[in-house]
Amino acid sequence: MGGKPMSSSLIRILSLTGFLLFWMVLARLYADASVLPAPMDLVSPFVAEIRSGELLYHMGITVGRVLAAFTLAMGAGALLGLVMGSQPQIDRWLDPWLVVFLNLPALVLIVLCYLWIGLTEAAAITAVTLNKIPNVATVVREGARALDPELKAMAKVYRLSALSRLRHVVLPQLAPYLAGAARSGIAVIWKIVLVVEFLGRSNGVGFQIHLYFQLFDVAMVLVYSLSFIAFMLVIEWAFLQPAERRVREWRLA
Amino acid sequence: MIRVHIASKRFGDAEVLKDVNFTVRSGECLAVLGKSGIGKSTLLRLVAGIDADFEGAIDRPEEIAFVFQEPTLLPWRRSIDNLLIVHPDLSRAEALAMLGRVGLADKADQFPGQLSLGQQRRLALARAFAGKPRLLILDEPFVSLDEETAKQMIALTRGLMREVSPTTLFVTHEKEEARILADRTIELAGTPATVAPNVVRPDFKREDVV
Repeated sequence: MGGKPMSSSLIRILSLTGFLLFWMVLARLYADASVLPAPMDLVSPFVAEIRSGELLYHMGITVGRVLAAFTLAMGAGALLGLVMGSQPQIDRWLDPWLVVFLNLPALVLIVLCYLWIGLTEAAAITAVTLNKIPNVATVVREGARALDPELKAMAKVYRLSALSRLRHVVLPQLAPYLAGAARSGIAVIWKIVLVVEFLGRSNGVGFQIHLYFQLFDVAMVLVYSLSFIAFMLVIEWAFLQPAERRVREWRLA
Repeated sequence: MIRVHIASKRFGDAEVLKDVNFTVRSGECLAVLGKSGIGKSTLLRLVAGIDADFEGAIDRPEEIAFVFQEPTLLPWRRSIDNLLIVHPDLSRAEALAMLGRVGLADKADQFPGQLSLGQQRRLALARAFAGKPRLLILDEPFVSLDEETAKQMIALTRGLMREVSPTTLFVTHEKEEARILADRTIELAGTPATVAPNVVRPDFKREDVV
């Protein structure tokens, strides 16, 4: 093909349109809206849910849980990874724990948290956070192991303050690892949050999906899940990708 | 004045330095000569306090500047920020003046990766002198530069040394560099390395060469 290559946003739109067409064809072939409603069939339930305020209320609740769990998991995981990556002695002791938690299925942790703590908000957030911490810690540990010893020596000779070391020497080196952990983190966390809501909360997108699952209402299950997927895509394009570009600016200059 | 007394420095079972004792008077520049791999860089790291694992004692001032073999800049911070972060007391105008002094005035807003190796070296030099150090340590700061650039760097370093007049310790394997910059030289030799008995006292003073 001659001419200049298509821009990436055009490709993105075309690709999504293709998916929508595929869905429409499938719905037409199956011809049973109670099993697979066509995209147009979702518009009026979507509008109704927006009007009643239900959709926004439950999405707000879920976003709050995602944010709380994400912040806690990133904070604790990054700290743990930094300590383990820079102190081999501690790493040897904590590594087996990390392996155990990495291999613990999310569902087991969720059930245990609900059993031990009770069907509370604290249990829900704890379950999601514990699911994500080992992952963040593993990624950040790799970053901490790769810290440049020469820059550390430079910071020591010139007596940089602890804050300045963290901000200008350590964090920029960890940035690619933190960004990677954050992106995979946010993607995994919101899915676990839905499961946690499904199993033991009385609000949130997961709870609504549970409700409509019991009513065999496929259209409403799709309305709730697609709305949340759309929201997460907006977060990705509007915040995560620009933030990553900013952090990488010095490499591209 | 710095007083160095290293009874022994080992890496595992290997003893690298043994009985290295010398002093450097305030404002004096001492060159440490010796073959590659003899332990010169190790000695500098002990003197700077980067490595504290040795037998002996070293008296040194607090305000130290170190010019490493590699520029060792913060690649994610602009040139001027490389000075300002390391020296928080420095004003922006002073930092710019310092960049001008090493010929990088127009590069203040560039990242180190956008500079040539010679420019990065000069930025590292600016960083070292901007803090007005009382002890300056240079670890082969002119290696892997072409002859012309190395000459300019040496002249620049000598000029800055006269302005700031820190006590200076510098390592090289080029006798010529030592002759131009140093008041006095010592040589490391042997395994483990020690100060060679034939301490070279050049028959000139730094002021004579200027």
